[in-house]
Amino acid sequence: MRIFDPHIHMTSRTTDDYAAMYEAGVRALVEPSFWLGQPRTSPGSFYDYFDSLLGWEPFRAAQHGIAHHCTIALNPKEAGDPRCLPVLDELPRYLVKDGVVAVGEIGYDSMTPAEDTALAAQLQLAADHGLPALVHTPHRDKAAGLTRTLDVLRESGLPPERVVLDHLNEATVDEAADSGCWLGFSIYPDTKMDEHRMVRLLRLHGTARVLVNSAADWGRSDPLKTRAVGDAMLDAGFTDDEIDQVLWRNPVAFYGQSGRLELDLAPDPAAVTHEGNSILRGGE
Amino acid sequence: MLNPRDPDQEAVGDIAPRLEQQLDAPAREWLRQALAEAEAQPQKSTWELHFASAGRQCGRAAALDARVLLLHSAGPDTVTLTRLYHQGTAAERAAVLRALPHMAVGKTPDAVPLVEDALRANDTTLIRAAVGRYAAAHLDRHGWRHAVLKCLFTGVPVRSVNDLARRARGDAELARMLRDFAHERTAAGRSVPEDLHHVLELALESAPAHPPEEF
Repeated sequence: MRIFDPHIHMTSRTTDDYAAMYEAGVRALVEPSFWLGQPRTSPGSFYDYFDSLLGWEPFRAAQHGIAHHCTIALNPKEAGDPRCLPVLDELPRYLVKDGVVAVGEIGYDSMTPAEDTALAAQLQLAADHGLPALVHTPHRDKAAGLTRTLDVLRESGLPPERVVLDHLNEATVDEAADSGCWLGFSIYPDTKMDEHRMVRLLRLHGTARVLVNSAADWGRSDPLKTRAVGDAMLDAGFTDDEIDQVLWRNPVAFYGQSGRLELDLAPDPAAVTHEGNSILRGGE
Repeated sequence: MLNPRDPDQEAVGDIAPRLEQQLDAPAREWLRQALAEAEAQPQKSTWELHFASAGRQCGRAAALDARVLLLHSAGPDTVTLTRLYHQGTAAERAAVLRALPHMAVGKTPDAVPLVEDALRANDTTLIRAAVGRYAAAHLDRHGWRHAVLKCLFTGVPVRSVNDLARRARGDAELARMLRDFAHERTAAGRSVPEDLHHVLELALESAPAHPPEEF
């Protein structure tokens, strides 16, 4: 089972996690920039973090046979902090980098006017740079947050197939699916979603346009939840091809829209030539 | 030992033909155009965008050579080069370090802070790039010895260290550091890196009749 975790915060994880992920079949991941739990107090703190997502963390991942890409943005939780807003002006120099495959995470946290501004500005940056966008849906007041997010998306220049709406659940999946955006699900030990609920949703909505991630970070989370979904799909009678679509081909197709995925560090030469090499090259 | 694939150790004129052989037609065309723009308009930021996007245009494996050529064609001043390094990804930083001998700044010690920065890193691709031809010419003795020791610590093969034999030969202080390191490893019941013995042999050779220039 080859796995691409489309949303995981490896900066917060140990090398043991990398080894366990490789063992479970993870060969590629995307690390969205996000907050640190502790609020940042200056733009420089963001730049060191972004540099790490384009330097140290890909190096660490490669040592464990995992291809690392990232998404860059001013995250929703800090988009309302005036101390952090200068970051918006520096984003363009990061969005041209080879390892950056989307703008993200962007979206709403508390649905304030400052967050409106940051979201719209960053959707425009995604359009300007030919990048997809990873849009976080808020944890509090999620349904209303999704509706407001979709309004802003419609006003942006970004087509829905270039957007993934993340952290969806049973209450928000229908409205998100109607928008034409990609559907992201974060599988957590006991909050956002679990693997069995995920399987029920896959039965209802099918496997197209669905991204499943662990969103593992410094909180209670599990970097092997992508594999847990694959196993639960297998138990529920999904085919190997359907599992491969959800856990590999879908994230490759979504982030491949950046033209910047490079997945050929897979140490298994058989995997590299799978399907004529095109998938591992990121749909180029 | 010379690694002919490291672009800081080749004549710059040899890099382009070798690189073009590895590229497909669209990437070759992109490279020619990008180099022409860098040479014609080094003040415009367009070439810096090419510098950033070389990986997706040429493929990651060929990007180092492409970036070195872009730097050579644009010939940025030290201030610009320093900015490109500090605002660069790990791959871009390595390219700046490898390009140094091909640039005017390469004849001066002005880029030593970039080498020192890379030697503070733990990313072995940066450490390797830092101990190239420029470091051999410009790092002072203390910094150079620690660079060699860092290679041994992090598993960077010492054949990556440019001009190792000349700089190590007869260096009693380097020999002491290597022996101490070997002792520390042995006392811990750990193995001593094979490379250490090789460098130690060099350091124990008698100094040349004409001692190397003091840095």
